[in-house]
Amino acid sequence: MKKEMICIVCPMGCHLEVNKQGEEYTVEGNKCKRGQEYAVKELTAPTRVVTTTVKIKNGNLNRLPVKTKEAIPKDKIFECMKLIDSIEVTAPIHVGDVIIKDILGTGVDLVAARDM
Amino acid sequence: MLKYDVVVIGGGPAGLAAAIEAKENGVDSILVIERDRELGGILQQCIHNGFGLHIFKEELTGPEYAQRFIHKLKDMNIEYKLDTMVLDVNEEKIIHVINEKDGLMVLQGKAIVLAMGCRERTRGAVNIGGTRPAGVFTAGTAQRFVNMEGYMVGKKVVILGSGDIGLIMARRLTLEGAEVLAVAELMPYSGGLTRNIVQCLDDYNIPLLLSHTVIDIKGKDRVEEVVIAKVDEKRRPIPGTEKNFECDTLLLSVGLIPENELSKNAGIKIDPITSGPIVNEAMETNIEGIFACGNVVHVHDLVDFVTGESKRAGKNAAKYIKNQLKKQGKIIDTNPGQGIRYIVPHEIRLENIEEKLDLFMRVDGVYKNMDMVVSIGNKEIKRIKKKHLAPGEMESITLSKSDLSQDGVLTISLKKEEL
Amino acid sequence: MYDVAVIGAGITGTFIARELSRYDLKIALIERDTDVANETTKANSALVHAGYDATPNTLKAKLNSMGNPLFDQVCKELDVPFKRIGSLVLAFDEEDIESIKELYERGIQNKIPNLKILSKEEVLKIEPNINEEIKGALYAPTAGIVSPWELAVALAENAVDNGVKLKLDSKVTNINKIDDEYEIYMGKETLKTKYVINCTGVHADKINEMVGSKTFGIHPRRGQYNILDKSAGNFVNHTIFQAPNKLGKGVVVAPTVHGNLLVGPDAEDLDDRENKSTTNERIAFIRETARKTSKNIPFHETITSFSGLRAVPSTGDFIIEESKDAKGFINVAGIESPGLSASPAIAKYVVKILKGITDITENKDFNPVRKPFIRFMELSNEAKEEIIKKDPRYGKIICRCEMITEGEIVDVIHRNAGATTVDAIKRRARPGMGRCQGGFCGPRVMEILARELNIKITDVTKDSKKSYILTEPTKN
Repeated sequence: MKKEMICIVCPMGCHLEVNKQGEEYTVEGNKCKRGQEYAVKELTAPTRVVTTTVKIKNGNLNRLPVKTKEAIPKDKIFECMKLIDSIEVTAPIHVGDVIIKDILGTGVDLVAARDM
Repeated sequence: MLKYDVVVIGGGPAGLAAAIEAKENGVDSILVIERDRELGGILQQCIHNGFGLHIFKEELTGPEYAQRFIHKLKDMNIEYKLDTMVLDVNEEKIIHVINEKDGLMVLQGKAIVLAMGCRERTRGAVNIGGTRPAGVFTAGTAQRFVNMEGYMVGKKVVILGSGDIGLIMARRLTLEGAEVLAVAELMPYSGGLTRNIVQCLDDYNIPLLLSHTVIDIKGKDRVEEVVIAKVDEKRRPIPGTEKNFECDTLLLSVGLIPENELSKNAGIKIDPITSGPIVNEAMETNIEGIFACGNVVHVHDLVDFVTGESKRAGKNAAKYIKNQLKKQGKIIDTNPGQGIRYIVPHEIRLENIEEKLDLFMRVDGVYKNMDMVVSIGNKEIKRIKKKHLAPGEMESITLSKSDLSQDGVLTISLKKEEL
Repeated sequence: MYDVAVIGAGITGTFIARELSRYDLKIALIERDTDVANETTKANSALVHAGYDATPNTLKAKLNSMGNPLFDQVCKELDVPFKRIGSLVLAFDEEDIESIKELYERGIQNKIPNLKILSKEEVLKIEPNINEEIKGALYAPTAGIVSPWELAVALAENAVDNGVKLKLDSKVTNINKIDDEYEIYMGKETLKTKYVINCTGVHADKINEMVGSKTFGIHPRRGQYNILDKSAGNFVNHTIFQAPNKLGKGVVVAPTVHGNLLVGPDAEDLDDRENKSTTNERIAFIRETARKTSKNIPFHETITSFSGLRAVPSTGDFIIEESKDAKGFINVAGIESPGLSASPAIAKYVVKILKGITDITENKDFNPVRKPFIRFMELSNEAKEEIIKKDPRYGKIICRCEMITEGEIVDVIHRNAGATTVDAIKRRARPGMGRCQGGFCGPRVMEILARELNIKITDVTKDSKKSYILTEPTKN
């Protein structure tokens, strides 16, 4: 099996060519080793980092930007959004503060992306 | 009149990096002027990730990336003024600024760094016909509303333009519960990063309509419908291909324009292709001691490159103040050749190159398997193989001082790959 | 019970209301939109014509030549930008030369002062950017440029200052004549008045037919325009017309009073009286037509386009008279070009008609002067410093393209006939009129509007009642 894809690990956007022979994957076109990991993962268990906002009280803005610290399974994005949309935090918050620990049992924390 | 060594106009990523770098190079008296309520510029609304891979070797969101520079600026005790607007700058480097607290202030910098960023092209600039209802936003304005102010701009959305902000907003609005019907792109290729097409459109099954444009907007009070048509190779709508999309919102991501009204009024020469100042290797404009960096010079797609370029401007502003910037010696002009739209910088004073120099450029179309060839005079000095080139992805080439030892104009062009 | 109800708050209606407020009358100014100056008044060539164009002895000719000299004083009283920059009608061949000579003759009959036919060299000396193929031009030094919507807003404000009741968002659905009175139905409200003045532009025939038989018709003629950035504002120094010929009247290239460049209009007869769309074909047409004036107009610096509807009367001339069927009902209809130029004179003319119907006495308290509007960027450095000290909101630039301060925006919200929508603020103080078209300042203007009117930001509208901008808070 041969599949072409674009690496989304970084903005370089390498054009990858993935070959599967038996259980072995060979990846071409990647400029770094993360491209190799990405290609295999994208074919087996795709994940994405979720970046969004949460409601914040007493902040200088109405919303605080947050992100999942690591990528979470792609099929959990909307469930994750539902949870994130239901909470409200209170300023002051510091960049990196954990907003939701181990979101949806993924083992990944949701963290603040700025001070507020 | 308040006097500073370096006055930086703009507290976004460019201004922050330039100010920090000037300080690290021994300048003490620095002022950063920011018109918004906080530092960080447009990064504060770019809550998606993908920033910092070059500079920090990790993937950050826009606010995180900005936060690092803001912390550093504050740690270094660099002075800044928020909610402060520059009214004008002149050749003598005298600056009029206003804010609520200090009123009208007259400042003078020994050096000035212009870091005002860019603005979005609008409906008017691209001439989309139809009515004038509410619900037509530039993508960046919508991004600010959604991400910072916390308000939705619509429920059913069509996006014109597949630049990065357009793509990012397609995903963002989808995550916040809106329905994005399509992203239309006038050109036969996307103007954004390919990875954004994958993770912003493909992931959410949002169709990308290449070679399509919006030809009509309908709706009396609020957008009710937009009409999209296919375009021919000359970008003219093809009759009979019109399709109506029922929606309440149209987002426009149809290009960014460096914001150079201050520069023009100061007498700074502008490159008609980039719409930004003509700069030399030090990021210095035609007015001695006035530097420029970031999106005010040319629109970047990666903030990391903005930071790199702005550090160069900050460092050279410091050198200028210390009289270390050399005006004499050999000058090499750069010239975009076949397939290249522009090159920054426009001029290289060899005496000021320490070890190497980064040149930034954009290509004029989508290419596969090409050689990027750098030559000075008639002599080829570098050849880089490129599997994939697109106007949406800025290219850079690093040259060493010895590369530049030839005589003549430096030309970069695309040539068919030599096997 | 009102003495006079003026229906329609465009340039004619506001001028008439303000002129009538010089007298002891109870006056209502009725407008269907959420703001005054919101239809044809905001979408026209913004020219004060010298007056050579109209056929001698028509109302158009008489009122244009009477109206033009009145602009200096009224714009001074109301603090509205007006510049007498002069106009040129370009001739490109012998036929055009004949045509401008004819205009010159007509101008003499219409008593237009200081008209002159210029040679090619004389024209190119004062307008170096125009097409070198010209053969000559008619020069009219008394022609001017004005901001029609700012003038109408100022007139409305001054009228309200002097006691006129402004009723916005009040669409007239019917009018009943009962004995010597009129009942005007406006949906939620009914108003009684002795006299009615119908200034309803493209709808004037329909309003007239609410009280009488069809004595005239109005049809909409759309015109489209491009507005270019201020960087192109000095492209020409005068209002530049093309000599009319068999192919049409050509298009105007003119600086605006705020320093932009205006190009347009075309002329397109429509059936739909609400169709103010722009079309790509027509914009392409005006650009092509303008190339005759100059091949180098920098259209890549276009910041917006717009269209407006002229109210074309079936009679060919302005219709300004008491209805034959309904005493005390005065039509002011068919006010197409040169309507703006004639508007100060139209107001005086209407007062004369009313005086023929009833005795009116002067309002001794009438104050013709509007509270000056502080345009921050036009102040000297000292004055800038002073005003920020007095009101720090003038130290905060909200619109970075036009350099408009928060002070100016707050001011236009709290005046009489004040702004309640984003577009209304734009018309009065200009945030969003510049090259970014409100991209940066839009959110800030909405915030200020919500705060000052004490409404939710999601209730802030662009223009009409239903033109909401934001749908709801995220994560609602």
